[in-house]
Amino acid sequence: MIRIRGLRKTFGARAVLSGIDADLEAGRIVAVVGPSGCGKSTLLRCLNGLATFEEGSVAIAGFALAPGRTGTRDLQSLRAKVGMVFQEFHLFEHLSALENVTLAQRLVLRRENDEATTRARALLAEVGLEDRADAYPHQLSGGQKQRVAIARALALPLDVLLLDEPTSALDRGMREEVRATLRDVASRTKLTMLLVTHDMRLARALAHDAWIMKDGQIAERGEAKGLLASRSDDDDD
Amino acid sequence: MRRAALLVLAAVVVLMTVALTASRAQAGTLDDMRARGTLVWAGDVQGGEPYVFDDERTPGKLIGFEVEIADAIARRLGVSARFRQVDWAVLVPALERGDCDIVMNGLEATADRRERILLSRPYFIYEEVLAVRRGSGMRTLDDLRGKRVGTLNQTFAFQLLGARPIERVIYEGVQEPYADLSQGRLDGVLLENVIAERYGCGMPDVECLATAIARGAYVIGMRKGDVTLARAIDDTLGAMVDDGELRKILERWKLWSASQAELHAPDALAVAQGASGANDATFGLAQGRRSLDRAQLVLFAEGAMVTLALTCGAFAIAMPLGWLLAVLRLYGGKVGSAIAASYVEVFRGTPVLLQLYVLYFGLAPVVRLGPVSAAILGLGLNYAAYEAEVYRGAILAVPRGQSEAAAALGLTRAQTLRHVLFPQAMRHALPAVTNDFVALLKDSSLVSVITVVELTKRMTIAAVDLRSWLLPGLLCAAMYFVMSFPLARLSRHLERRLARDSHPRLA
Repeated sequence: MIRIRGLRKTFGARAVLSGIDADLEAGRIVAVVGPSGCGKSTLLRCLNGLATFEEGSVAIAGFALAPGRTGTRDLQSLRAKVGMVFQEFHLFEHLSALENVTLAQRLVLRRENDEATTRARALLAEVGLEDRADAYPHQLSGGQKQRVAIARALALPLDVLLLDEPTSALDRGMREEVRATLRDVASRTKLTMLLVTHDMRLARALAHDAWIMKDGQIAERGEAKGLLASRSDDDDD
Repeated sequence: MRRAALLVLAAVVVLMTVALTASRAQAGTLDDMRARGTLVWAGDVQGGEPYVFDDERTPGKLIGFEVEIADAIARRLGVSARFRQVDWAVLVPALERGDCDIVMNGLEATADRRERILLSRPYFIYEEVLAVRRGSGMRTLDDLRGKRVGTLNQTFAFQLLGARPIERVIYEGVQEPYADLSQGRLDGVLLENVIAERYGCGMPDVECLATAIARGAYVIGMRKGDVTLARAIDDTLGAMVDDGELRKILERWKLWSASQAELHAPDALAVAQGASGANDATFGLAQGRRSLDRAQLVLFAEGAMVTLALTCGAFAIAMPLGWLLAVLRLYGGKVGSAIAASYVEVFRGTPVLLQLYVLYFGLAPVVRLGPVSAAILGLGLNYAAYEAEVYRGAILAVPRGQSEAAAALGLTRAQTLRHVLFPQAMRHALPAVTNDFVALLKDSSLVSVITVVELTKRMTIAAVDLRSWLLPGLLCAAMYFVMSFPLARLSRHLERRLARDSHPRLA
């Protein structure tokens, strides 16, 4: 499902990703962990074209990414297959929870309004927010926002879900509600997932595999159980 | 208590100042003039040749037959003449508030003015000349019934036209009405022969009719109380007529004609006013109105509607064009961004008055816009520059995460712009946009330079009719307020709603 070869990216003189080789099979969930600034988030953003890279190649969900800019049409089709959940949610502030989940269905999948709404209501129900469908982002708690963001990503027929520190911006109590939602999504959808996180509890609950990154490279890789068992983190609670 | 005392004190100071100023005016301007050694006379250089205008050979030096008359009068009174530039339409109010000793700038002797200020004996006899487009067949004012005839605001010609069912079109300069006549924007121009001969009759498509519509006299205006000065000026002018100096000056400026012989008549003013057969109307219409009547109120309401229509029309251009420019500037690549930036800098960096002039008069040979369309287009193009900057700022104020999230969902750039950035930017921009709309409502008064009569222009016209600024001014202000206040409320409401919705709050 994902194949990364010789991936290099620099910001100015600093190499953020210095030669990454990795593979991920369909249906596997990998936790990408490591200290801040080790390049985990950048790696994630290279996989859906939000960031470009200078060397190497990426194959993901049937698409190939090469160094430099990719054609916008290809990127749009890729992104309809590879979803992303952000640390800071990035819900569309001017749209209700329901409209956040219907927007891409209407614009990208060209679904009729009724169909998109029915699907969006079902997705909101799956993340436990059917009664908040008409609420606007500023009326939702952080945990609720992140659950809407997850529903929004799942509204497209995804092959891969990229999760960029999905619980880091949340308080303790809300963190658990998002973990529960993600556990549920993982067991129901069998999606291939890349989970960048400091939240070891989430990583242990979700991931089959773990890549431990250091200085722009994958320093260690293996079964999540073994690699993450002893790991604790300041964010862990 | 102390506050009340302060208020009383302030009132006393103001009253004393007013009293002092008034008494100084009473004390006799002539004495004042002699004490300071100058005769300050007011006119408007925009009236152009041959009255008072810049000498093209010596920039900064003013010449003209009135300059020479003023110099001669001053010399005979033992002082030196000093010119003061005043907008022609407000010469009389400027005289009344003490900005000058006398006004002399093609001021016609009318019953109206005689009631308000002191008028000297004439120094020139003029004729009202009707100019039409060559071959149009128009011969009299009656032929021009229902047609558009241009003139200058507050002239005698302006009054003559007002007494007939003719659409008056008001200009600020002497050249523009003839240009518009030749362009076909007007059917006629009625102005004094002095102006017509110099600015109109020589144009190939313009024909000046031989028979004068009316005759009248140019006189010098003085404040009501300045009887001594008035007598001195009259005596001086009389002496200049008698010893031939006035004739020499008029001859030098090619203004001498047979009718100037009337300057010798002892009551030359009355002769000049009654001279023409077309003058039956003159006396009737010259009685100015005393109060705001129904007809005036209707005209004000019409002016307000024009203002509102101009504003809405101009904004309907400014908003979409502003968005286009903002998007071009942000996402149009190097070329698009440069184009948008230059547009903004040019339209924001030059006066809107100048833009209106260029659009209406400058481009007339290429595109002949009507005054209202030129006004709407000009204001719209100008405000688009301001709107573009507001929208650009508003788009930049939308957090980056919003467009990233849209991109991550597979939206195209256009979709992201339209469905994610635009609606959020609009919310950011709304208070500023409402603000601009209110500003435009008031800026729209600038279009009177291209002959559109909107609310402010209506007010200045009425002020002359009523001989007072107070009532028309208050009415005009009230009407602007009625139009802008609901918008100000709307703006505040929107701002409050925005403040509630958006996150940044100071702890």
